[in-house]
Amino acid sequence: MDWQGQKLSEQLMQIMLLAFSVVAFLTGYSSGSFQTMLLVYAAGVVLTALISVPNWPFFNRHPLKWLEPIEAERSPKPQLASKKKPSKSHQK
Amino acid sequence: MHSFGTRLNTVLTLAALILALLCTLTSLSDNFNNNNKPSSVKAHVEVLKVNRFRKQLSGNDEVSLTLNISVDLRSAFTWNTKQVFVFVAAEYETAKNSLNQISLWDHIIQDKDHAKFQTQITTKYLLIDQGSNLRGKNIKLVLHWYIMPKTGRTIENKMVMSDFRLPEAYT
Repeated sequence: MDWQGQKLSEQLMQIMLLAFSVVAFLTGYSSGSFQTMLLVYAAGVVLTALISVPNWPFFNRHPLKWLEPIEAERSPKPQLASKKKPSKSHQK
Repeated sequence: MHSFGTRLNTVLTLAALILALLCTLTSLSDNFNNNNKPSSVKAHVEVLKVNRFRKQLSGNDEVSLTLNISVDLRSAFTWNTKQVFVFVAAEYETAKNSLNQISLWDHIIQDKDHAKFQTQITTKYLLIDQGSNLRGKNIKLVLHWYIMPKTGRTIENKMVMSDFRLPEAYT
């Protein structure tokens, strides 16, 4: 999941859970049944989890573009300094 | 939100938090219903007959009564009511205790369909005094009902039903 996807999934999760809780409370209160409220909310939680938890393709629409590894070629890995002289002068 | 586990954890945590909020709202909604007001309940309890009135060997007075109980507690039920516990208590005053409260009968009402009924029963529990003060004693019958909610606090209510004077002599 890329950065945009993570943001999207978190926002989706928060909005869906809140929306489902409001719907659940209103249905439960108007139908006078506590059980209905719990069932609606549980269904909402399951649906939210199914949408926002797995790594769906639509969370990967903005792949990160890394720079070409030019810099690494220009300055190669520093060699290990000899054991007798601790590294005061790095090789270039 | 970078891995499956974190996302699952986030969803479940927020879901549990909102569930707690829903339960709080549900118990707050009880304040807008008038199920906790005694005036909405119709009930009548009276003594039909004194079955037995004697002094136990230990010296305490013991009374068995037949009661006529008619109760309509349908208004106590809301969407947040799990059950209603209802009991009839005999209340009287003696020199030793300013209030004696003795449960004579109780019942658990599970749902609204069973909240209205009328019965004639002998007391489930005997009225036993602490001592021998019951002859000619004036006794108040009080109906108590405790509304047990699904979430939130238990609502306790009571209503004085009738006065009753015990006979002057044992049977």
